[in-house]
Amino acid sequence: MTVNSIHWFRKGLRLHDNPALLEAVQGADTLRCVYFLDPWFAGSSSVGVNRWRFLLQCLEDLDASLRKLNSRLFVIRGQPANIFPRLFKEWKISRLTFECDSEPFGKERDAAIKKLASEAGVEVNVKTSHTLYNLDKIIELNGGQPPLTYKRFQTLVSTMDPPDPPQKPLSKALMGRCTTPVSENHQEKYGVPLLEELGFDTEGLCPVVWPGGETEALTRIEKQFGKDSASTMEEIFQRPKLNSSLLVASPLGLSPYLRFGCLSCRLFYSRLTELYKKVNKNPNYDKLLWREFFYTAATNNPRFDKMEGNPICIRIPWDKNPEALAKWAEAKTGFPWIDAIMTQLRQEGWIHHLSRHAVACFLTRGDLWISWEEGMKVFEELLLDADWSMNAGSWMCHSCSSFFQQFFHCYCPVGFGRRIDPNGDFIRRYLPVLRDFPTKYIFDPWNAPEDVQVASKCIVGVDYPKPMVNHAEASRLNIERMRQIYQQLSRYRGLSLLATVPSSHGEDVNVNGLKGVVAPSSGKRRRGSGHGSRRDHRSGEEHAGPSGVKHRSAGAAETLNCCGKAQSGHGVAGAQGQGDFSHFVIPQQPYRLSRLGSGGSGKRERESEQEAGVDNGLPTSALKVQWHSNVKNAAQQEERMTMSS
Amino acid sequence: MMKRARVNITSKCQGFPSADGRIKRQKTELLGPFLAQRPAEDWGNLPHHVVLQIFQYLSLVDRARASSVCRRWNEVFHIPDLWRRFEFELNQPATSYLKSTHPDLIQQIIKRHAQHLQYVSFKVDSCTESAEAACNILSQLVNCTIKTLGLISTARPSFMDVSQSHFVSALTVVFVNSKSLSSIKIDDTPVDDPSLKVLVANNSDTLKLLKMSSCPHVSPAGILCVADQCHGLRELALNYHLLSDELLLALSSEKHVHLEHLRIDVVSENPGQTHFHAIKRSSWEALVSHSPKVNIVMYFFLEEEEFEPFFREETPVTHLYFGRAVSKDMLGRIGLNCPRLVELVVCANGLEPLDEELIRIAERCKNLTAIGLGECEVTCSGFMEFVKKCGGRLTQLSIMEEVLIPDNSYNMEQVHSEVSKHLGRLWYPDMMPTW
Repeated sequence: MTVNSIHWFRKGLRLHDNPALLEAVQGADTLRCVYFLDPWFAGSSSVGVNRWRFLLQCLEDLDASLRKLNSRLFVIRGQPANIFPRLFKEWKISRLTFECDSEPFGKERDAAIKKLASEAGVEVNVKTSHTLYNLDKIIELNGGQPPLTYKRFQTLVSTMDPPDPPQKPLSKALMGRCTTPVSENHQEKYGVPLLEELGFDTEGLCPVVWPGGETEALTRIEKQFGKDSASTMEEIFQRPKLNSSLLVASPLGLSPYLRFGCLSCRLFYSRLTELYKKVNKNPNYDKLLWREFFYTAATNNPRFDKMEGNPICIRIPWDKNPEALAKWAEAKTGFPWIDAIMTQLRQEGWIHHLSRHAVACFLTRGDLWISWEEGMKVFEELLLDADWSMNAGSWMCHSCSSFFQQFFHCYCPVGFGRRIDPNGDFIRRYLPVLRDFPTKYIFDPWNAPEDVQVASKCIVGVDYPKPMVNHAEASRLNIERMRQIYQQLSRYRGLSLLATVPSSHGEDVNVNGLKGVVAPSSGKRRRGSGHGSRRDHRSGEEHAGPSGVKHRSAGAAETLNCCGKAQSGHGVAGAQGQGDFSHFVIPQQPYRLSRLGSGGSGKRERESEQEAGVDNGLPTSALKVQWHSNVKNAAQQEERMTMSS
Repeated sequence: MMKRARVNITSKCQGFPSADGRIKRQKTELLGPFLAQRPAEDWGNLPHHVVLQIFQYLSLVDRARASSVCRRWNEVFHIPDLWRRFEFELNQPATSYLKSTHPDLIQQIIKRHAQHLQYVSFKVDSCTESAEAACNILSQLVNCTIKTLGLISTARPSFMDVSQSHFVSALTVVFVNSKSLSSIKIDDTPVDDPSLKVLVANNSDTLKLLKMSSCPHVSPAGILCVADQCHGLRELALNYHLLSDELLLALSSEKHVHLEHLRIDVVSENPGQTHFHAIKRSSWEALVSHSPKVNIVMYFFLEEEEFEPFFREETPVTHLYFGRAVSKDMLGRIGLNCPRLVELVVCANGLEPLDEELIRIAERCKNLTAIGLGECEVTCSGFMEFVKKCGGRLTQLSIMEEVLIPDNSYNMEQVHSEVSKHLGRLWYPDMMPTW
């Protein structure tokens, strides 16, 4: 019987370490590698021209590599669900292979295609190679829920077997007798389209800083770990002092290649392992593991990129402000540090991760108080390595909407840049209008005396915008808003700006607990028993003043507020816990949880809760201690309920 | 409202998602035979107090839905107990992602439940209309006895955009009518001295908490009048320009209860131009001797050169937050002059490592239990020294990874294990994703 295979490329645009592709040629007579592209969709999609250019280059490169194996890439115009049935028939397909896509949208799409394939009698083979680990295993190991702290994630992963080593690249030898039927008009029918064909205006397009494709990716990784590995070693082991040369695109950078799968994460992993072995150090895979962490967090959460309806995202009353958003996105904020980064992003498609921290913080909790979802969309358009899970996860992280960040870690749009780029080289590179500005004022040109502005041929307010916000004032307001929101979620003690970030180590609880009394407190403890405990916890976070006066701003109302669902007195406080699992409960359906937590809590409590409405931020550490030690089981349970709801 | 006097239990109970099927079954079994005999005994006839009990666990929306089931449930819906607390959310679709409280509900509350309200807050988005709508509601709360009032701007301080007369007249309606206000949070609003006088005249016996950070129309005299007459005031939040020696002395008078919290925001109105006054050491001492446990929280949002007048002498501050920048000098003085310091958070700083300053703080501030360092630099050795000196009393230690500069003595790995040893628990620096 003849075996005719299709390998379906989506991500994983490579021939090396591509287990599904190897599966496709295994004992097969023919192989056709396909990539689906909808030209109509392309022009109207939210993905910007740089990202399309990168993708097309990846496809060109893939096609070139396949030609060397006497094969070709088939770029198919249209949607997979519409076209696969026809291809199955036309090409008499018996096997379909592709790389596992862990993202919810991808899973849904793949399930539909699998169904079509089975209807057509096509065998489907799926392999995991975009992530190091099988994400479902991590989730299983964590009791059915994705871990919500990176530390917890690291702990879980450290108990697992190391990732599989990368597999051999597809070669003529591996192709064996497998061939690709290529028609005369292949180029016309299945060739990689040009940007213009997709409806993009290529005039004025900046030169390529990040050439797409597997070949480039392999060159880069060879440079990183080959002869030039000295600088890699330095970066890894010495942590070079922050400087502006870090901010510009490095010829060794790998993130876009990992995103499109031009580079296998397992290859990167194994090269890192070798390097660490060579220098005899404990390996550190943070770069790869953060990626894995977000993939894991997102894989079962189709609303991972939204605030509403996303069980792990705190609801923050962001401002809707399209003008301010546009200024940020178009590099017109009046803060050279922010504008230079956004210019670099638009022109080149990549910015350093510290730059990402800076602009993400500025847009959201730092200055503009605009929703992270908006920023995420702009990155989705411009950032080459933007990936649904990574992009949304990082934005939630930076806006302190999830994953337990300390919100006081704010980046100053003036000082942070100055620290990294004391000479202003980075600013001058991307904002030529400020080129002649003296270094002293280049991060805050509005403070330059008029004669300096004249001499620099750049008048602030004419040639370069005035700062769109007063940073000191904005950060005062925003810190206070965050403090209120987080206090309602009960992760911050009354006066404190420091959160108790859940730890994955049980022993912490006690240490924190016993010594956690930062400010005097009434010690008005509540008995946390069984169901009632959730409620106890909530009251615990209110502010019984030190004297124990019944004087609380109740979690209930406030909690809900922050979740935007106010009005019922019986919402649910976000719970936070420590223990063997990481906890993070953000209620989405208060009524549900309130029923769960409704146990035997008496009226007395409810009355005290009702002394509500005003946040007064009194310390309640003693109460919290109480909660920590007694309630974690309930909270764990509750977390699960919330997460599964 | 829909009238449905009899609702059969067995058919209806499926409509209520039950958290616990077992209980449901028990109840049905229990009531089943009973029902068969007397079909009139149904959910609609549950006693008020039982329905009330259930309603207390429902969200407002669910309660409203349930209230349209039958007359009795509808009666319970309006029981005053369920209307003690309310939070009005006022947002505009153009400026907020969040929904507003439904206008009909607002009307109903004003008509039927205004006199029941005791704990009221308003959350408004950045739109002026939202703040104005809040003022309109406030001015209709005539027959109420509000204890707690919060006006909260969730995005921009939009109350500041409401005309001052509109705002003040709305606020005074509540001040005059309630007469038993105990907690008021009116940060970032145009409240003024005359309205505070009205507050004092009507609520001086009950007022316990007043938060009014960034209220530019209040003068030091205005706040002094509150402190002079509201002897039960336990908590106060205000801006530094309202803080005076007189105010501290008034809060320390014999008649005054112990103050529990004093929060002071130090913000420069005109960057670079403001000269901040100093508070006398004796005034601070008077406050602390009258209220030995008082928490004094100071938030600074200043430029480096504006710190000159602060902490020149001993200051009993307990919680310090630097939101913008802090000079090395200033941090040095904190080590010398802030013996009560409990928590220190430095969000941003200049370019020089803060080793010496931190070590001095560790040595001199014996109550320090929490520290957070954001955008600044400390060498790993300096940091280790700091942690050793503080030891296990540091319950909160939150340092951004990039703050720590590895040196010859310690790399990050060693810092992690050494610090964990000194704290008696596992400790890691805070990390942001390497995107």
